[in-house]
Amino acid sequence: MKPPLFRYEAPRTLRDAVAVLASDPDAMVLAGGQSLVPAMNFRVATPSLLVDIQHVEGLKGIAVEGDTIVIKAMTRHRELELHPEVRRANPLIAETMQHVAHVPIRNRGTVVGSLCHADPSAEMPLLFVLLDGALVATGPAGTRHIPAADFFQSFLTTARHQDEIVVEARLPVLPAGAGYAFDEVTRRHGDFALVGIGCVVSLDGNGRAQNVRLAACGISDRPVRLKAAETALTGSLLATNDLAAAARASADAVTQADDMNTSMSYRRRVLSGLLQRLVPIAAGRARGGYRQ
Amino acid sequence: MKRAAIKPSIPDRSEDPRVKVSLTVNGQPVMRTVSVRMLLSDFLRHELGLTGTHVGCEHGVCGCCTVHIDGKAGRSCLTLAVQANGCKIRTIEDVAAEDGALHPVQQAFKECHALQCGFCTPGMVMNVLSRFEEREALDLTESGIRDILSGNLCRCTGYINIIAAVRRAAELLGRA
Repeated sequence: MKPPLFRYEAPRTLRDAVAVLASDPDAMVLAGGQSLVPAMNFRVATPSLLVDIQHVEGLKGIAVEGDTIVIKAMTRHRELELHPEVRRANPLIAETMQHVAHVPIRNRGTVVGSLCHADPSAEMPLLFVLLDGALVATGPAGTRHIPAADFFQSFLTTARHQDEIVVEARLPVLPAGAGYAFDEVTRRHGDFALVGIGCVVSLDGNGRAQNVRLAACGISDRPVRLKAAETALTGSLLATNDLAAAARASADAVTQADDMNTSMSYRRRVLSGLLQRLVPIAAGRARGGYRQ
Repeated sequence: MKRAAIKPSIPDRSEDPRVKVSLTVNGQPVMRTVSVRMLLSDFLRHELGLTGTHVGCEHGVCGCCTVHIDGKAGRSCLTLAVQANGCKIRTIEDVAAEDGALHPVQQAFKECHALQCGFCTPGMVMNVLSRFEEREALDLTESGIRDILSGNLCRCTGYINIIAAVRRAAELLGRA
């Protein structure tokens, strides 16, 4: 339960950090270490070189710029969760983050680190897929924007190149009048989700659902949008049979095979139950208007 | 598999790359040269002799190794000593007064019999203390306290008395 041997560098500038990272194909980026250090303690991860980015200039802080929330690479989960401006701009973020591990882990772990780790049961990747967030990665070839929909490729696998550092992540503010909700089922409080689901929905003047967004984690090798369920709900009054139809339409999205945690059929039942419980909560908040 | 041969002598020094770290621990500046892979938990226990920080699971699940890193609770087993370079660390040894008078959180654990073997207690105290020291409003309902304690495992008590201790600590600290 001790990490294997590695070399360690703590560069001060992004240019140096990228250069060091690019110098060794087995190098890894260390930010908060709340996923990487346990993986190293278990010797699942055995990087030859750790590039600690905590001292790199310009990678700290959160800014709400117009319709975009910019989260720099060294922003800890807890900073984002408690940020008053972010809470106003997009209350779904804090609601989701209540489910990310425990406070002492959220005090250290970074949002961007969680995205780069890309655990398919993790909440933050789901949030970025649900809201159409984006990541900004800098490497030797320059800087590029990667939409969240393209970023998460498979189990612990992202579109980030080995020599790139994700310098920031971007989430949109919640559209005016939209309702939102997040919930998950776990074996123990603070665990990764067996199934987690997030929802954003608006209602038109007749109470019909518009701009329905649904995404889930824990059901596939990556977080996924539940597009069939979104289509089933769009334009409906979200009556009990509409929700049931959407739940049925979401069943095929569950592709995670039976594993040590649970079975595929149980995940389908949980997803169905969560969806039918959560959409009315989001719709209720849309009716109430979350900000006056 | 080849049988391991008896070695002429076990090396008494690690050949790991070493790095100089300087940090503040319980208000005192500390400087040491340690292996890059030394965990903060091992640094506190083996380099500084502060064995109040306990090591349970070493992968962030049990919470026994919780210390304050720059004023916030964190897992010392999920932090490399070198990551704590320049940080202010506070451990359980710093919580009671110099004369041994217990801190209100410790007093509450004592009064409520919130420990049996005591192995998890330093982590519990550091975690609870950090939440009382945060500016955020605390949910002191039973479910709120269970949420606060959810990152710390106790294998003796069943938690009932620990929950009572958090409530009692809130009273003693004027936060109830």
